[in-house]
Amino acid sequence: MSESNGKVKDENTDYKYLDMDLLRFTTAGSVDDGKSTLIGRLFYDSKSIFEDQMEAIEKSSKSSGEEEVNLALLTDGLKAEREQKITIDVAYRYFATPKRKFIIADTPGHTQYTRNMVTGASTADLAVILVDASKGLLTQSRRHAFISSLLRIPHLVVAVNKMDLVDYDEKVFNEIVGEFRDFAKKLNVSDITYIPISALKGDNVVDKSEHTNWYKGSTLLHHLETVKVDAAENIVDFRFPIQYVIRPNQNFRGFSGRVASGHIRPGDEITVLPSGLSSKIKEIVTRDENLDIAYPGDSVTLTIEDEIDISRGDMIVRKNNVPTVRNNFEAYVCWMNEKPMELGKQYILRHTTRTTQVFAEELVYRMNVDSLNQEEANELQLNEIGRVRLKSSQPIFFDAYQINKHTGSFIIIDKATNVTVGAGMMRAGSTVSDRSKKSKAREASPNVVWEPWNIPLEEREKRNGHKAQLIWFTGISGAGKSTIAKELERKLWDAGKQTVLLDGDQVRHGLNGDLGFSPADRTENIRRVGELARLFFEHGNIVICTFVSPYQKDREEVKRLFPEGRFQEIHITCDPKTAQERDPKGLYAKAKKGEIKGLTGFDANHEVPKNPELRIDTDSLSVEEAVEKILGLID
Amino acid sequence: MSEQRTQSHLKELEDEGIYVMREVAAQFERPVLLFSGGKDSIVMFHLALKAFHPGKVPFPLMHIDTGHNFPETIEFRDKLVEKYGVELIVGSVQESIDAGDVEEETGPDASRNALQTRTLLDTLKEYQVDAALGGGRRDEEKARAKERFFSHRDVFGQWDPKQQRPELWNLFNGRKNPGENFRVFPLSNWTEMDVWQYIAQEKIDIPELYFAHERKVFNRRGVWLADTDFVNRMEEERLETKTVRFRTIGDATCTGAVLSNASSMEEIIQEVAAARQTERGNRHDDKRSETAMEDRKRQGYF
Ligand SMILES: Nc1nc2c(ncn2[C@@H]2O[C@H](COP(=O)(O)OP(=O)(O)O)[C@@H](O)[C@H]2O)c(=O)[nH]1
Repeated sequence: MSESNGKVKDENTDYKYLDMDLLRFTTAGSVDDGKSTLIGRLFYDSKSIFEDQMEAIEKSSKSSGEEEVNLALLTDGLKAEREQKITIDVAYRYFATPKRKFIIADTPGHTQYTRNMVTGASTADLAVILVDASKGLLTQSRRHAFISSLLRIPHLVVAVNKMDLVDYDEKVFNEIVGEFRDFAKKLNVSDITYIPISALKGDNVVDKSEHTNWYKGSTLLHHLETVKVDAAENIVDFRFPIQYVIRPNQNFRGFSGRVASGHIRPGDEITVLPSGLSSKIKEIVTRDENLDIAYPGDSVTLTIEDEIDISRGDMIVRKNNVPTVRNNFEAYVCWMNEKPMELGKQYILRHTTRTTQVFAEELVYRMNVDSLNQEEANELQLNEIGRVRLKSSQPIFFDAYQINKHTGSFIIIDKATNVTVGAGMMRAGSTVSDRSKKSKAREASPNVVWEPWNIPLEEREKRNGHKAQLIWFTGISGAGKSTIAKELERKLWDAGKQTVLLDGDQVRHGLNGDLGFSPADRTENIRRVGELARLFFEHGNIVICTFVSPYQKDREEVKRLFPEGRFQEIHITCDPKTAQERDPKGLYAKAKKGEIKGLTGFDANHEVPKNPELRIDTDSLSVEEAVEKILGLID
Repeated sequence: MSEQRTQSHLKELEDEGIYVMREVAAQFERPVLLFSGGKDSIVMFHLALKAFHPGKVPFPLMHIDTGHNFPETIEFRDKLVEKYGVELIVGSVQESIDAGDVEEETGPDASRNALQTRTLLDTLKEYQVDAALGGGRRDEEKARAKERFFSHRDVFGQWDPKQQRPELWNLFNGRKNPGENFRVFPLSNWTEMDVWQYIAQEKIDIPELYFAHERKVFNRRGVWLADTDFVNRMEEERLETKTVRFRTIGDATCTGAVLSNASSMEEIIQEVAAARQTERGNRHDDKRSETAMEDRKRQGYF
């Protein structure tokens, strides 16, 4: 037996591992596609196998009468599985190269597959899907791809294995790639890489193969080492679920947790859910030092300026960026237990650090994970996935899973056995505008089915680095709407935001050129503007609308088109006399002469908004001050 | 807004460990931290200090003492307990033997390692512990690769590899029926290398045993065992003085030393990186059968 003497040095033993980053990936494949062999190969070729492990598998291989050392044995865990020669559960493996540390969630490929893969995929940044080149693309591979997309794994690798069995034929590879591509169009995966490999012989796993000169891409390991990891992180929406309250003495009260998404600094204004109370962050405490900023993933303790009662299960968020707070929601649920999900039965829900009771109100449909068809069903069985409407006894604070994995995921626990029986990925509550909410005119064309946007809002927001919003200015002519709006848009634009400014005059020149100023026309004018603004909103813009919009009812109708928290109504007001003096468009002068009738603020009423997000009195505030105030509303 | 930075793997593992510590404190009524005096349990304790700062660690340490520990280990343990003012519970294998609950093994390979399981289960029961934090890592041994962070144990303290709860995202389910309990492994995702690098980075104190020192040892089937009162040395097993260190610290009867000159953290890390043996490879107890670890785990071992 060999002894290490601490003096050996080769490429693998460099002490400079300290600042590696971490890639978590999952492997999926049907039984015998070669998954265990592949992982064994990755370990072996990257020199991550220890001698005693190697000896142990040599011994094992011999005792089961195999000739070559079976690399697959390296990863086969428990005794029972070894006897049955199948793996039955998710196993985690670790290896590191000088570039990265890797955690593999290795999921087996037989009947309990969906449950295991969902589990493995829940923490993965990347999925390796194995396809056996000699068999071609099977239903199972499609299933793996679907689950990866459902779980929002940002990167997929399709490893076409056993290329040695098909003479490393480029055509075979291309056919599989083509087929997979066609299928993937239906899914929501942005990054797919295809690599021809032989796990058994080692082609393109760690070392580049001599047999595939036609293949110009990276080897599997090189790809794993270089793929960008953090890109999928949500850095916009600050969410901090409280895990634990630290209170060592009267003078210190800290709220501990892990930043789920977004970032925060001392001095930032926050709101606490569910109480809705607001305060400011005082300190970000860790045992090493107090921090200037906390990022996603950081385990920290926050203190706040005011005495607010906060406990486990509450959530601290940024004041003007709150998640959906509701007790009914829709989710894709994967059922993980032999006992099927029953509608109406009480279960326990764990969502972030919050625990509450929940029941399934309706199974909207069951997803056929192979055909992707939606099927009618009234229960969900083990390994089935369905879209479910749920109702919880207490409200929960969530985001759509696709924009925030941490605040968009939950588990369902059986009350009697305490076992985890289901896992859910929440659909957008009202964070995405719900196209089933029809405005009046749509009732005239009831058979038009809404097609979702090609590029969803979340993606646009992620790229833009900010949320889409609607800022609606209402107020009489001359109150200062346009002046403030222009300055506001300039500020936002200069800060790199995507903006659109819609003004009454422009719209009336074209789109609404057919409308006059009768109450009915005014209502129609606002309705069209609202719909137009929604289109811009859904394409990720901060939309600023400046319209007199005198009727409360019309404004409410517009508001209804937008997700909760995304429509900000701002009342720009001043003394009517000031407005008449300013008279920027000469309208008051004309009205005084009787040339126009029904001018709002003169001889027609402006219905003052009851609960605007802001009221700005331009008699007392400068343009700059007004803009500053409004910017406070925009995240 | 570019609020992004690259995350080092140690930072991420630390954040995860702290998160698990807090989940345990929040979800359970009587947790303990199983403390062996080895590097993994020392790192675990370090994470606990961080998790509850500026408060105190809200649970006691529990040490299952085989009575065959290296004196350095016990000394280290007692100093740490004093320094941080934590409560220490000791479960004594000697007492289990004296009470006739277990029978001491005989013969040259006699070890109290297996007997620990009984003492551990009894002590957990005595203190009505509902969650025991262990330093187990998934990279240590094949049987651990499927272990959960929150590992459910039935009323007999046993582990059923087929009945484990699925564990998704970072949503840990610690719900249980009366009498059942959990083992929780905050270092699940750490490798031996990570542990050493973290100790170096954080400048954590560890027992001298981990550093190269001269010691009287003898070789038994490829493993260097220290000469102590607890091991029955055979005639033909010659005592030699060697420069050695320990990669793991357990019961002196079954923890092998490695020949090594590594006397600083840097040297240790270089040695670990160059090692061609897993750390458990030097554990006599794992060598008894191919699935030794798995069998012991089922019965409720650490
Ligand atoms: N010819 C060839 N056989 C392979 C390759 N990869 C795996 N195999 C064989 O396929 C069988 C199943 O492999 P295994 O890794 O156990 O598959 P798993 O069920 O996906 O883990 C074994 O007999 C392997 O030797 C490959 O690249 N080429």
